Amino acid sequence: MGARAAVATVAVLAVLALLGYGLASKGEAKLALGDPVPDRELPRLDDEGKTGRIADYRGKWVLVNAWASWCDPCREESPDLERFHRRHRDEGLVVLGLNIQDNTADALEFIQKPNPDADAPPLTYPQLRSVGDERSRAFGMTGVPENFLVDPEGGIALIRRGPVDTAYLERFVLPLIRGNQ
Amino acid sequence: MRRAKMILVSVVVLALLAAPVSFGAEPRTSLTDIEDEVMCPICGTALNLSQAPQAERERELIRRLIAEGRTKQEIKDELVRQYGSEVLAVPSGSGFDLAAWLVPAGGVALAALALALAVRRWRARGRGGGPGEAEPPLTEADAKRVDSDLARYDL
Repeated sequence: MGARAAVATVAVLAVLALLGYGLASKGEAKLALGDPVPDRELPRLDDEGKTGRIADYRGKWVLVNAWASWCDPCREESPDLERFHRRHRDEGLVVLGLNIQDNTADALEFIQKPNPDADAPPLTYPQLRSVGDERSRAFGMTGVPENFLVDPEGGIALIRRGPVDTAYLERFVLPLIRGNQ
Repeated sequence: MRRAKMILVSVVVLALLAAPVSFGAEPRTSLTDIEDEVMCPICGTALNLSQAPQAERERELIRRLIAEGRTKQEIKDELVRQYGSEVLAVPSGSGFDLAAWLVPAGGVALAALALALAVRRWRARGRGGGPGEAEPPLTEADAKRVDSDLARYDL
């Protein structure tokens, strides 16, 4: 192989490697039922200066609700999530908010006044905040809101790519919690 | 005495001229100045091109920060803190983002090198094919043919 061909080969390989790295770093995870839930230490939105993670609630069922303050369906579903959390926390359920694609001031206002039109009370379930889009990629999200039920061992038990309401929660989430305790 | 007055007046005039420059070192920024340099991360477009709800909230945050008297750079830093580095329309100069600067620069350098080599080759070829260079002499048959062809014309 001549020097010119070698240089051309190296150049082509370098461009392909660069493209491959770029695609791999932008790649989205594909979650399936039974997969371990993507988890990492995140700042607590509702408790400044503290951090938390999904694994903090190991041994309980965790309904991870990904939301953003600019998302209207997130506002609509949050009172139902708050009610569900209050009603079933003694049964080993935690609703865990995961704020993404947002800024802190708007997110804090959201948890204080989640749905002003419906005069909804402030959200009391714990809240984590992820800067930017990193957690959406980890969960393979396509938008907000999305909901993930995590079993007591940390596996994904249910994926809802969209908003939930009381009817959905009682029909699909409650049987899993009650049937597996 | 008169000279001292002149110096004093000059100093005052110079101070007055310099004052706006020093006060204007960090001019107050505006939404339009910033929104074409940052992204609406969810929409994947520059902020000034997006009307999405998330973009409106981002604009509102920028307006709040401007009202607080933050400089352009401080506002960009806060946007990165809130939305991550993806909010910047211009990639940073470190990590993988550095490739966004290096690849085009490398491409331009390679193109310049290729052009320089090509020009050098063309010039060398031009010199090689020019008049005065040794060319194979005409054979006797070719010379006769040229003569007969020229004889057809009344030159």
